[in-house]
Amino acid sequence: MTKLLKIRNLSISFTQYIKGLNQKELQVITDLSLDIHESEIIAILGASGSGKSLLANAILGILPPNALVSGSIKYKGNELTNQLRKKLKGTKISLIPQSVNYLNPLMIVQEQAIGTTQTQEEKEEKILRQQKIFKEYGLSKDVNQMYPFQLSGGMARKVLISTALLNNPDVIIADEPTPGLDQQAVTETINNLINLKKKKVGMILITHDINTAIRTSDKIAILYLGFVIEITNTKNFKDNGEKLLHPYTKALYNALPETHFKLTKGTQPSYHNIPKGCPYQENCPHKTDKCIKILPELKTINDTQIRCHHPLIKGE
Amino acid sequence: MDTLKIENIKFQYNNKQKILSNISFEMKSNQIIGLFGDSGSGKTTLCKILTGFLKKYKGTININDEKVPTGFNPIQLIYQHPEKIMNPRWNMERILHESWIPSKEILDSFGIKNEWFKRFPSELSGGELQRFSILRAINPKTKFIIADEITTMLDSVTQVQIWNAIIKHCQKQDIGILAVSHDKLLLETVCDDIIYFNELNKS
Repeated sequence: MTKLLKIRNLSISFTQYIKGLNQKELQVITDLSLDIHESEIIAILGASGSGKSLLANAILGILPPNALVSGSIKYKGNELTNQLRKKLKGTKISLIPQSVNYLNPLMIVQEQAIGTTQTQEEKEEKILRQQKIFKEYGLSKDVNQMYPFQLSGGMARKVLISTALLNNPDVIIADEPTPGLDQQAVTETINNLINLKKKKVGMILITHDINTAIRTSDKIAILYLGFVIEITNTKNFKDNGEKLLHPYTKALYNALPETHFKLTKGTQPSYHNIPKGCPYQENCPHKTDKCIKILPELKTINDTQIRCHHPLIKGE
Repeated sequence: MDTLKIENIKFQYNNKQKILSNISFEMKSNQIIGLFGDSGSGKTTLCKILTGFLKKYKGTININDEKVPTGFNPIQLIYQHPEKIMNPRWNMERILHESWIPSKEILDSFGIKNEWFKRFPSELSGGELQRFSILRAINPKTKFIIADEITTMLDSVTQVQIWNAIIKHCQKQDIGILAVSHDKLLLETVCDDIIYFNELNKS
């Protein structure tokens, strides 16, 4: 399997003014390392506000100007520089955005789906592809001439997905592609995502929806406060989640309506006060002195990468 | 206890396609009713009609056999996207206090932190904003809330926290909840009864 993207020690921070001319650095993603191979789907799962979307923006280079990025992202062995990014963005690397706000409200759907074209032939060819793909997604011909406000939430999302697929990309970053869709459309979307694997596409699927992650991905990486706390095989999310090693991963799994809908108290601390030790210490039932003082490294236990001093290994 | 009764609601845009053909149902303020349906079927349109955001409909909406009063609407809508209903230039304190000033106890039950009040909507996450948007809606004058996919974009831990807080509060204050979603498992978990929108919208 060819490695498509190799992300190493990626950190993203923002410089913010707090009072007057005092600046503060706000760390949103810390030390993230991930590989994406062809025909592989990696789901990034985390609470809202855990920095998931920023990862997508960092890969595409569309972070705001006050963002500081460190670490490296490589595409097929080449460092992803701004120049290379410009070439790949929208063709080889493509984004399915999170919000339907990414659609231009003053432009008809067809025009924004095909994007800019140089020649008449190119335009006609793109329109053909666009119509084929719209048809696959069950969007009728009327949709072509509609403005975004005339679309329902589900239709708008289908437009976003089909637009991203138009140029046959080999890396897709899907930022929450399923919320706001009905069951049937979710199943269709999931099948479509899985089918893309046959075309050797590698995908980063950013989601908070464990179900979507479980049904599509090969691996799931869980983010908390900008830290990867666990990267585990998707097949570990079943039965009682006994092979899930991090307490937060377990809380996510047990909070599902189909498992226990179990209440776990506590919200993520603010990014202004990232604790010194383990990011999850404030809400963790197994906290010790060590967790308060020392940040756990990401280590490998039974095929799982985990950042925890006291992983939930059965029998311990 | 209050009763919300909806009779023969019909709605269409521009004389074209009929969206709501003839909708009637009834619910009480001690109930949590789920409304389940496909995207594009008109659920959100119904929500907007119930809460007074769309006026040109046919049919009646009554609470305890009386027309819904003008002024503060006792049927409040909570949207799927909290960031869309908040003034981006107001801080959270002003946004919340525009509706009412909840007690410390209520703020705690929704997990609101003090430091959030001085921030602007763009500085809070979706889950944090949604807590404010719910607090705004559960004003003491509110009798029913329409929760339109309110936890769709949240992680499962936050989803449980929010439903837990909202259900506790509404049971205590006798506020009825109409929970709109296409997550059937969620509706089965939190609701007393589920209405299928397609069956409701047939006749």
